[in-house]
Amino acid sequence: MFYREAGQYKSTYAADMAVFPLRQDRIGIAVILAIAFIGIPMIGNDFFIATVMIPFLVFSLAAIGLNILTGYTGLISLGTAAFMGVGAYACYKLTTLFPGVNIIVLILVSGLFSAAIGVLFGLPSLRIKGFYLAVATLAAQFFLQWAFVRVPWLFNYNASGAIEVPLRSLFGIPVTGASASAETRYFVCLGLVVVLTWFASNLVHGRLGRSWMAVRDMDIAAELMGIKLLNAKLLAFAVSSFYAGVAGAMMIFLWYGGGEAADVFNIRLSFNILFMVIIGGLGSLIGSFFGAAFIASLPTILKFGLPALGVPLSGAAAEHVTFMLVGALIIIFLIVEPHGLARLWQITKQKLRTWPFPY
Amino acid sequence: MVSAPDLLVQTVWEGLVSGVLYALIALGFVLIFKASGVFNFAQGIMVVFAALTLVGLHEKGVPAFLAVILTLGVMFLLAFTIERVVLRPLVNQPDIILFMATFGITYFLIGFGEAVFGGNPKQMITSELYLPKGAIDAKILGGFVSFQKIDIAAAIIASIMIAALAVFFQYTRIGRALRAVADSHKAALSVGISLNQIWVIVWFTAGIVALITGIMWGARSDVSFALEIVALKALPVLILGGFTSIPGAIVGGLIIGIGEKLGEFYWGPLIGGGIESWLAYFIALGFLLFRPQGLFGDKIIERI
Repeated sequence: MFYREAGQYKSTYAADMAVFPLRQDRIGIAVILAIAFIGIPMIGNDFFIATVMIPFLVFSLAAIGLNILTGYTGLISLGTAAFMGVGAYACYKLTTLFPGVNIIVLILVSGLFSAAIGVLFGLPSLRIKGFYLAVATLAAQFFLQWAFVRVPWLFNYNASGAIEVPLRSLFGIPVTGASASAETRYFVCLGLVVVLTWFASNLVHGRLGRSWMAVRDMDIAAELMGIKLLNAKLLAFAVSSFYAGVAGAMMIFLWYGGGEAADVFNIRLSFNILFMVIIGGLGSLIGSFFGAAFIASLPTILKFGLPALGVPLSGAAAEHVTFMLVGALIIIFLIVEPHGLARLWQITKQKLRTWPFPY
Repeated sequence: MVSAPDLLVQTVWEGLVSGVLYALIALGFVLIFKASGVFNFAQGIMVVFAALTLVGLHEKGVPAFLAVILTLGVMFLLAFTIERVVLRPLVNQPDIILFMATFGITYFLIGFGEAVFGGNPKQMITSELYLPKGAIDAKILGGFVSFQKIDIAAAIIASIMIAALAVFFQYTRIGRALRAVADSHKAALSVGISLNQIWVIVWFTAGIVALITGIMWGARSDVSFALEIVALKALPVLILGGFTSIPGAIVGGLIIGIGEKLGEFYWGPLIGGGIESWLAYFIALGFLLFRPQGLFGDKIIERI
């Protein structure tokens, strides 16, 4: 009733292949973007924007990156956090070497460094796959994490051994550093995420995305059809690591503001992003957002939500419950809804389309 | 390079011991992979969980040996639950889905273990279990080499367990059934082998291996969730040895253990130290390029 395509005729192939063929979807996206760009900065206070929205955006971007690799190409990776770290450290080096260059450009460029490292660690994926590849990416995780601590050049020989985020401004407004306001950082994050999501959406709907999915579904058959496995897999690693790198740079520069950078990019973070992808939905961009929102907000909800409802829960207990809940949810999702939250979203849309009739 | 032969012997011995313990963790993986095709990421946390349960029960006033038996009961319950709740609904799913399900098990066990027994490091009840303490100093190659008694005991216990497992797999009825299930689920089902029963047995066996590994690891350092990271070292061991081979797990464990200690000792200081955290993975990675199926693994043949 509310959500019906009746009367919306397509007269060109381009219209037929559009990402959002329904007018209601296009309106919906416009509304969501309006809320994100106008509504949230107006309504939300600094605390909400800084501790809920910015982490959500950062995690979404990282989850999109991993989803391209794991969901679309079928290559499992346990080293996402390390690639995020590469982005963060690359951005730090770049901004100290070229203090005059626009920080947003540098954040994007640091993704390229991450992509290069990703390709390097993706090379074994030609000969190995599945669990073997998971172990190969663990090598990246542990090696890079080690390098972040032990290679002083990466953090400019700081005595503290941590990244110190300098003040960088855009059109006279501070974007990074201690004096940048939460709103500014939020807008930069949001802009980057929207642009990169649009880019990813075009990638996965195009020729490259099709070849990735062919590799995922059966790599030997894909090879027989003329898809060059080497190119497809390494490109998947490159794009995925690029997204992870940008997310990592955003994480340190726009969210954390320096500090214990080497500790942040640990294997727990890698796992968390993998869980976002699993729970959100493998092979779905919108699922990456759902997954990121879910996993990122779960500890906060448990910590603040349950006591508000009258269930007393200490901080430590909340953490244990989070672990148990995440573990249980992964199993439940794998059993009940392997396509994750994204599939639930699709079902909802289907129901709306036929409402009030069941079929 | 080798200026002090006694230090070399000491390093090799330490590598050997940690290799044995890696091999024990890897053994749990191999058991489960052989009998159900599930790559069990949770084996590491099962080691921690078993050790925690043992120590936690003892702290609550249960005598040491009764605690061992109770822990075995807990591990059996765990195996049963995992079979019922996780594996049975996911039968016939792609391997990677089952692999991800074991992540779920891992996280659940971390949360559960910490909630029940607390996250603080605990002392393993070494003396209550009549495990030896102290060290033997031997004069070798012009210097003293120190052998921890607990390490010698660990090596002996590990050898006994591996021999027992080999006999179990080779000569008993259940062992034959396990091998049949490993070859083909369908064929095993058609000759009347109960898949569910086999899974419970094999996860319980992995639980026993986890408990023994947990006791041995716990006796060397404390029982804590830090072991979880150490347990990830079993993955390169598996790659080296092959996923389906018990001898492979042992040989792989020893190669990784010794290689990593020697690497840390001789080359670590040259590039900043602490290379132990990734050297094992690089050994395995280099190896993968030449022999993707591992030393003793089955060659994977794929057809369309």
